[in-house]
Amino acid sequence: MTSVATPLPAPAPRRGPIEWLRGWFDIYTTTMRIAVAEQFQYRVANYFYMIGMVAEPVIYLVVWSTVAVQQGGEVGGYTPGGFAAYYIVWTLVRNMNIALTPYAWEERIKQGDLSSFLLKPMHLIHFDLAFMAGWKVVVIVLWLPLAAFLSLLFHPTFNASLESVVVFFIAIWGAYLIRSLELWSLGMVTFWTTRVGPVFDIFFTAELLLSGRLVPLTLMPDWAQQLANYLPFKWTFSFPIESLIGGLPTSELVGGLFMQLFWIVAWTVVVLIGWRFAVKRFTAVGG
Amino acid sequence: MPETPNQAPAVHVADLRKTFSVPVREAGLAAAARSLVRRESREIKAVDGVGFDIEHGEVIGFLGPNGAGKTTTLKMLSGLLYPTSGEALVLGYVPSRRERPFLRQITMVMGNRNQLQWDLPALDSFELIRAIYRLDAVDFRKTRDEFVELLDLGQLVNKPVRNLSLGERMKMEFVAALLHKPIVLFLDEPTLGLDVTMQKRIRTFVAEYNRRYGATVLLTSHYMADVQALCKRVVVIHHGRMLFDGALTELAARFNATKTIGVMLKDGTADLSAYGEVLESDDGRVLLRVARADAPDVATRLLRDLPVADLTIEDPPIDDVIESVFATAKPSDDDADDANSGSTEAAATAR
Repeated sequence: MTSVATPLPAPAPRRGPIEWLRGWFDIYTTTMRIAVAEQFQYRVANYFYMIGMVAEPVIYLVVWSTVAVQQGGEVGGYTPGGFAAYYIVWTLVRNMNIALTPYAWEERIKQGDLSSFLLKPMHLIHFDLAFMAGWKVVVIVLWLPLAAFLSLLFHPTFNASLESVVVFFIAIWGAYLIRSLELWSLGMVTFWTTRVGPVFDIFFTAELLLSGRLVPLTLMPDWAQQLANYLPFKWTFSFPIESLIGGLPTSELVGGLFMQLFWIVAWTVVVLIGWRFAVKRFTAVGG
Repeated sequence: MPETPNQAPAVHVADLRKTFSVPVREAGLAAAARSLVRRESREIKAVDGVGFDIEHGEVIGFLGPNGAGKTTTLKMLSGLLYPTSGEALVLGYVPSRRERPFLRQITMVMGNRNQLQWDLPALDSFELIRAIYRLDAVDFRKTRDEFVELLDLGQLVNKPVRNLSLGERMKMEFVAALLHKPIVLFLDEPTLGLDVTMQKRIRTFVAEYNRRYGATVLLTSHYMADVQALCKRVVVIHHGRMLFDGALTELAARFNATKTIGVMLKDGTADLSAYGEVLESDDGRVLLRVARADAPDVATRLLRDLPVADLTIEDPPIDDVIESVFATAKPSDDDADDANSGSTEAAATAR
């Protein structure tokens, strides 16, 4: 199909790099505000969600603390206090890692909800990133009293420096970006196959084992630790946690941030290329 | 009205086609088991060579029964669907490229879809739209308040969307869809499920928007009152093919070969079956259906033969005309498959 007419002038968007950046800042902050407002509609549900979210690490913590005590006070380099620190930070990192799941993509496509997004002059990834980021703000606020309570209960031992705290705060947002882009890429599979639950399950099982979510990676066999270095999972879970609880030298902290950057770029490329084909595929099947 | 740098139509469609490949299998466990190893699919022509032009500022009624291909055409024109073949240009843009300047100038309202944040007041969703379209804050507030007033929404904008009635929600959808002041509107059953008062309100709003902003409107609706109120011209589509493109008033002349004569006699009712088909006889008033060409002659005879108190000659109701259009358009063998295109669209949506 070829154009036979000169396109009419579009309403002029804001010009110049400053205005351009201001526009994006506006989109992100407005979307985040909406996400926060929406979360505040369900205060009780949020607290129950957080309590449910804490149950998983508390189970891991109790099990591994018991093992450490029975092993003479330490296992895999972790004392009971070390495990407490690991799993308390785990609760925050886990919440920061929550992104739009591929299952939500199935629903979006089935319900035809993508249509209104596709009519907007903006890539959908921005809405999802901003919306879930706004959700994090609520989660962090709710997490603080829970973390305090868990600390009083399990007495974590931290070995954090200013440097590691700074890296941690960068790393949790890096982890959020990696996992969001990763799940977006996975979610786009739904444009080609309707039922992709089993594929996602395999992915999430691999992530559970090789990210540090189930156990600290130092408790895994050497081959698994080596493998984890070449996969994205570790950089979304184990690395942010270990960067805060201490012990990582500066070279590993900086190296970890670079690995996060690598995976952010890699998944961004996958999202950008995949989306071009996915939209065409989506439009080819309806909705 | 926006500037038009050339005389090209706002919407140009030529030989536009859309074919869906839909999996098919028979009912039952055996068929389900067979489908594990061998899947069959069928090609469905949802849109089959449609073509028309729409000038800037025109309001067109896009008519057809369920599954005719109306929504598929609208989706191709808005960039949601990728055409199988043919040409579609909207404001000079190829819709399927989904270029941002194009998306900034169009909107699509679907009666069965919701773009507002369900749990929040509509005002929050309006703010998000302001940010996404990068609208000037002052202009945005002015436009928003103008639409809120036109649709008599008042304080409803502060109420969570989930607590609004269907009609109130639809009005909010219109505000949300038009805040960026699009100049091409694709309206797909915008009054679906609304009561008569709400339908009228929406119609008035669309007419006013068209008048104020010179917007081009392509409207599908099963409510002929919408079409009669808004559209001088209609495009009729059936089984994915064009049946008619012209003035609404011409539609009756083209597809309905009858006129309705209403007769009121001075001395009560009489048997008028000799003059035409008696449709109704009540309280001295008789409605006769006669051949369009015979109407003047029959009227003359009625006036000459009987003590007529009142006589009217009318086209049949537009709903009846449309019904006869669809009834006369028999599907060809090739179209037999197309008869399912409505369910095909639904199935495709729910993939």
